[in-house]
Amino acid sequence: MCGIAGIIYRNGSQHPIGNEMTLMLQSMKHRGPDSTGYALYGTPENGNLVMRYKLADANTPRDFEFEERLRRHRSVVESRLERLGARIDEVDEETPYAFRVSFDFDGDLKLLADFVEDIPDAEVLSLGRSLEIVKDLGDAETVHEQYGLSEFTGTHAIGHVRMATESEVDIAGAHPYWAYPYSDVAVVHNGQLTNYFMWRRRLERAGRRFMSECDSEIIAVYLAEEMTNGATLEEAMDKSLDELDGVFTYIAVTKDELGVAKDELAAKPLVLYETDDLVALASEEIAIRAIVDHEIDTYDPYEREVLVWKR
Amino acid sequence: MTQITYDARGLAEPFAEIPKISEIDGETARFDAKELTTRAINLELRWLLYEQGVKEVEIANPGSKHSLGVGILTRCRIRFAGSLGYFGCGLIDGPEVHITGRVGWSACENMMSGVVVVEGNAGSLTAAALRGGDVVVKGRVGARSGIDQKGGTIIVGGSAGSMTGFMMQRGRIIICGDVGPGLGDSMYDGTIYVAGKVKSLGIDCVPGEWTDGDTELIERKFGIYGLGDPPEFQKFVCGKVLYNYDLLEPAERKLVI
Repeated sequence: MCGIAGIIYRNGSQHPIGNEMTLMLQSMKHRGPDSTGYALYGTPENGNLVMRYKLADANTPRDFEFEERLRRHRSVVESRLERLGARIDEVDEETPYAFRVSFDFDGDLKLLADFVEDIPDAEVLSLGRSLEIVKDLGDAETVHEQYGLSEFTGTHAIGHVRMATESEVDIAGAHPYWAYPYSDVAVVHNGQLTNYFMWRRRLERAGRRFMSECDSEIIAVYLAEEMTNGATLEEAMDKSLDELDGVFTYIAVTKDELGVAKDELAAKPLVLYETDDLVALASEEIAIRAIVDHEIDTYDPYEREVLVWKR
Repeated sequence: MTQITYDARGLAEPFAEIPKISEIDGETARFDAKELTTRAINLELRWLLYEQGVKEVEIANPGSKHSLGVGILTRCRIRFAGSLGYFGCGLIDGPEVHITGRVGWSACENMMSGVVVVEGNAGSLTAAALRGGDVVVKGRVGARSGIDQKGGTIIVGGSAGSMTGFMMQRGRIIICGDVGPGLGDSMYDGTIYVAGKVKSLGIDCVPGEWTDGDTELIERKFGIYGLGDPPEFQKFVCGKVLYNYDLLEPAERKLVI
């Protein structure tokens, strides 16, 4: 089933989006208890790049060398960043296996991500100047607590609660997906894509990498490919309605925009609340009401609709 | 506040008790649902209607919770002051329900009789498998509204999404706004009226011939629900080319044979 949610403050003002997205996602826990994920757009210190990466999963079997291996791989990640010319400002150990690195870097982001992911078990969850993806197993309150999201302020965010149907219950299968290697783009999706393997083969031949067996990852990589070729977010999303088969509602975000697309059958739910200052959308209205404490007027977008808002 | 726990293996609140918090005044009652779970709200509602002899209930702050007001099988009046989530007022037989906000997906599913009036919008699958009664949505409705409709009347003040009236078998759908693609796809019978633009007709849905009966029906329904003067409608019916389908019910077919 899965549940998706998004919020964007249209006037660009900063809000406690970590807390707000947690309230939205927790209210939809019944749609997916397996994992919870956030793509949060804040303002990193000094205009730095922020990379979120993981070296293992919460349910990775712990052998005798597990901790030592994590320490060693983490050290290799940092040394590789420095070898590429990145000036590391700060490294946070969010969990024993997930890290946040803030650094200054002007080079090729694809090369940087590939160099990091070349390390065994390493996966770059997000890379950007405002995007930070946090995802892990469990419900929203668990992940919120684990990653200390109550301090996170920003302008927009998307989130996802997952009921695993197509692939493993692990962080790689959790949403949101970062649109590798396009910085600051992320996607959450509710539905199934029926031409997944065709697109996966096509995009792999074009040099894109996939970290999961989850069909939803295609959308992020597809949009990244289109935007790399010059399309705007809205143009890429419009095109996806013709090129992606299946039933889907997905939300995509860039550093300035948040968009939603629905397939031609409108088979997956989405409720939309729109004011001059705030746009909030979710699979269920209770998620919007979790952050808006008064009577609201909402509606469901129709089939083949692509809607994009700027902050 | 009661903690909601979700568990796919069974009832979320197997030991929930009737809150008994309503203000009861003769045959009318009122309670605030803000701090109550879905199950507690429904228990309170059923307690009022079936055990306290209440005929008219107002429920404040339903908060878009799912599955509220389902399975009410008695004549009564229920007013939800706010919005409902998914599956609101499903499987009802008899009540007159007024919802001041909106409803989510699958409102009034399998409704047998009664009236549901929604002041706001409604999600997809509104009045799916409706058997009887009237469902009036003053705003817009989502996709596949009236799917598998077997009777009754759906009135939509705004527009409707794709596949409206999909596999419709009986009854009427009246849409004052535009409608999406695939209108009445694979319909077996029934009538659909559309005042706005139709994006496309589904298989077996064809324009129908307007009769005085159509005018009378629409004017009567608009009058009952205070919807003003009806706009001009186009009428759509089943083209009846579906495989092995005719107008006869099984019992009628036996008589003919």
